[in-house]
Amino acid sequence: MSTFLLEIVTPERKVFAQEVDMVSVKGVEGDLGILAGHIPMVTPLDIAPMKIKFGGQEHWIAVHGGFVEVRKDKVVVLAESAELPENIDVERAKAAKARAEQRIAMAERSKQDHVDFRRAEVSLHRAITRIKVSERG
Amino acid sequence: MAKGMRDIKRQIKSIQSTKQITKAMEMVAAAKLRRAEEQAQAARPYADKLKEVVASIASGTKGITHPMLVKRPVKKTGYLVITSDRGLAGGYNANVLRMVTQTIRERHRSNDEFVLFVIGRKGRDYFRRRGLPIVAEVTEVPDAPTFADVKTIAYKAVKYFEEEQYDELNLFYNQFVNALTQVPTEKRLLPLEDDGTDTHTHAPTAAYEFEPSPEVVLEHLLPKYAETLIFSAVLDAKASEFGAKMTAMGSATKNASDMISGLTLTYNRARQAAITQEISEIVAGANAQG
Repeated sequence: MSTFLLEIVTPERKVFAQEVDMVSVKGVEGDLGILAGHIPMVTPLDIAPMKIKFGGQEHWIAVHGGFVEVRKDKVVVLAESAELPENIDVERAKAAKARAEQRIAMAERSKQDHVDFRRAEVSLHRAITRIKVSERG
Repeated sequence: MAKGMRDIKRQIKSIQSTKQITKAMEMVAAAKLRRAEEQAQAARPYADKLKEVVASIASGTKGITHPMLVKRPVKKTGYLVITSDRGLAGGYNANVLRMVTQTIRERHRSNDEFVLFVIGRKGRDYFRRRGLPIVAEVTEVPDAPTFADVKTIAYKAVKYFEEEQYDELNLFYNQFVNALTQVPTEKRLLPLEDDGTDTHTHAPTAAYEFEPSPEVVLEHLLPKYAETLIFSAVLDAKASEFGAKMTAMGSATKNASDMISGLTLTYNRARQAAITQEISEIVAGANAQG
């Protein structure tokens, strides 16, 4: 199976750079599996766990929004933040999840403040993504 | 004479302890400078990549427009000023603030024609004292800023532009040249300049597919790009801050050393004079008795 170079870059640093067999991301249009030789493309990403296969194993990385750029020679993920499973603080993520759920419930009751609602939603997504990644990793 | 000597001694001691402090601050700034430089380096790939993708969209597809690329007649201007929280950094804050004030005075006649975004306590206090309109501020940015620290203000600055609350956004900060030189700079941030220079370098690398469409991708990408530019300016400014601080504290240490050596000389002279006088008094006394 041919491999390709995957790079995950955030504003702070390069999180990941390695030859991989396959990448599976969640784009705004739906899930997207990328193998070597994929057509060059660019698409925005959702907040979701990202699956990477290399060395016969599956690995998960929490990717919070951003883009994937597929090129002939490599795939680059540009994310505002990306976390490997070993760097995730599960307790904190769980606390954040509970907090976000509470805020969503409150916003639903008051039926206003869309900004607060959306913010809570985004942080809920993040927390869930983190928890999933750390469970699988 | 003995009293004068004690005063000099006390002065030497006090300068000595000031020198110790400035010396320590210099070394701390040097260490932080190195880290800030590394961080600025680490942030570069992300900004470069985004720029590359934006350029390739711009070159690969024709006839796409986005509010952030369009030049509007300028009725109101946004300024984002990056300063530090703490002083003792030589002319670091003064330089950039002077530049902002001058620019504003040249370009605008009333305070309704512009708004300010301020990062850093020094800048905030300065503009507040002068009663200039600050719409958003961030203070206590850590020495090693993360994207999250800057995101709120960057997001606001970009969003207000999109909402046409102002028609251009300029950035003021100290650009880092090296540890000794920091240049206060003005940089046009929005609308994003399509100068065409960077599209040439990697023109037809790959014809991308855009999902769902180039417009949507651009819509996501451009605000991110602008935010990233702000973030890298903040990192640059941080490096400058430590550079300026290091230089300022270095010269303070040097001045303290000079003062100490001058005072030591005076002290030794006074001591010698006192001894000489004492001897001549004894000799005179012995002569009188003999």
